[in-house]
Amino acid sequence: MAAVLAPPGTGAVTPPRPAPRRTGTTRRRRALGWFALLAGPNVALLVLFVYKPLVESFYLSTMQWNLGSPVARFVGLGNYVEWFTADSTAQVLTTTAVFTVVTVGGALALGLGLALLLDRRLPGRGLARTVAFAPYVLSGYAVGILWLFIFDPRYGLMATVLGWFGATSPQWYTAEPWPLVMIVVVYLWKNLGYVALIYLAGLQGVPQDLRDAAALDGATPARTLRSVVLPLLAPTSFFLLVTMMLASLQSFDVIKAMTQGGPLGSTTTLMYQIYQEGFVNGRAGYASAGATILFVLLLAVTAVQMRHLERKVHYA
Amino acid sequence: MSVQTAPRPAADAAGPPRPPAPAPRPTAPGARRRTPRALLLDATGWVTMTLASLVLGAPLLWMLLASLKAPDELYRLPLQWLPESLDLANYAQAAGTVPLGQLFANSVGLTIVGAGLKVVLGLCCAYALVFLDVPFRRTVFYVVIAALMIPPQITIIPNYTFVASLGWLNTYQGILVPGLASAFGTFLFRQHFLSLPASVLEAAELDGAGHWRRLWRFVVPMSLPTVAAVGLVSVVTEWNDYLWPFLVVDDARKMTLPVGLTLLQNIDGMTNWGVLLAATVVVTLPILLVFLLLQRRLVAGLTTGAVTG
Repeated sequence: MAAVLAPPGTGAVTPPRPAPRRTGTTRRRRALGWFALLAGPNVALLVLFVYKPLVESFYLSTMQWNLGSPVARFVGLGNYVEWFTADSTAQVLTTTAVFTVVTVGGALALGLGLALLLDRRLPGRGLARTVAFAPYVLSGYAVGILWLFIFDPRYGLMATVLGWFGATSPQWYTAEPWPLVMIVVVYLWKNLGYVALIYLAGLQGVPQDLRDAAALDGATPARTLRSVVLPLLAPTSFFLLVTMMLASLQSFDVIKAMTQGGPLGSTTTLMYQIYQEGFVNGRAGYASAGATILFVLLLAVTAVQMRHLERKVHYA
Repeated sequence: MSVQTAPRPAADAAGPPRPPAPAPRPTAPGARRRTPRALLLDATGWVTMTLASLVLGAPLLWMLLASLKAPDELYRLPLQWLPESLDLANYAQAAGTVPLGQLFANSVGLTIVGAGLKVVLGLCCAYALVFLDVPFRRTVFYVVIAALMIPPQITIIPNYTFVASLGWLNTYQGILVPGLASAFGTFLFRQHFLSLPASVLEAAELDGAGHWRRLWRFVVPMSLPTVAAVGLVSVVTEWNDYLWPFLVVDDARKMTLPVGLTLLQNIDGMTNWGVLLAATVVVTLPILLVFLLLQRRLVAGLTTGAVTG
């Protein structure tokens, strides 16, 4: 899960610590020693397993190199040129875009609806919240397997439910666009509770007297929602938009469990393509180019988020 | 039991309220006496909510029930919800195909050790960032939080080759070590430490308590809710982690449960749903129980960082 951070230099203010009574060099050296001892391991791990590989990934993206092969050949931007001109790229980008837009948009819309429902003082809402949130804490791979069975065209629960409405089950596993639809449904089911919960927290920040005032002015509940509640929820919506987008762009385990990117690449997102090229086809250099492209995409999303936060801070 | 959103006034935090109880929140004028219209609205809301919960909860219930069905029941049409008898054959067969007990032990061990180390590393690092006056600590802080913006998926290929060069493929340390650094935990701990009363720590220092003692005897006990939240979130993510352990391990005895599920899925050429679902229950049930028991803390941890208002 990505986190929203205070932008550098704005929110994160260190309170003044008491000035050291004695500013001897021994004291300072001791502090340095303790700092190295306490912060050192964590920072070293971050450098070793986050920063170093990030730089290496950029470097690898300029090489033609197969995983496990001793020979690597420098190809400059060759991998990028190949990626941008490949036949599969259009499909990968379309799949990634459709998957991201539908999962994020769907989760936000349905999650808001669920949150509004769960915010009302209705009997059993605590239990309903628990049920809605539970899928979020489960293993994506396990959830994928479970739903694969539910979508089984003959013996799956979905086929039976569709039968109640007189519909026959489509070939979820094989006939486009159903595999993608299937993954989107599972992803929505898994994340809906999280979105609803964040919206619930946001709803608690909407002052009740504003709603009351709107009601006194004769506003219908729908009008109050549109003109009072939704605008006040805008920061929450924005937070969810960004974090859900980052999560969707990186999702892997559900796709791996359910479709393995198939059939015919119809569920291969950019993230899945990186895995596929790197670890199945063994083309580590080419996959690193894909990883760099994904990284730039994610960075763009984060940058938008940062700018927005900064603006909010300025207004405050 | 109920999931509560994190920042909630205490008065409102107890269980699902019953309608006759006086609402602690001031209600709108006119809403005190329920008009027939308001009642109808409530009834519609309740029905919708119940339906939504049923739809959202049905897959989990279905999984549990289906895992207890004998094969012929599973493939009998029309489908029926309840198994005829509680049949554990699927579980036995899953355990016979993959070393389920070993996988379970691996998952439990790696989750506890991984989450524990993450919390310790985060606590130590955050303590240093807040309470040790060194000139470059702000820079170090930026190095830590900037790591949050680097998605782990981008670093898998170089990390994989690095771990392979260390000879760590198919080892527990290969699964564990690359994910240990705790950027998010450090960030949360730091935010919390900044809010601690400085006087307590000054008093401790005057009494001659060193940094190590100050951290574990004063700072940590004052930060237990945050420690619990970070620990629980780490437990959930470690338990569910898939891509990295899947890449690093292909020896069935070193696998974690989610990876073992892949193995099971691949072994059964023609999918044996009962067996697969039994294993799925083994993967999901422990974390589901953790969630049900520790809901509020877990939710508080998983939803921190959200902008509220």
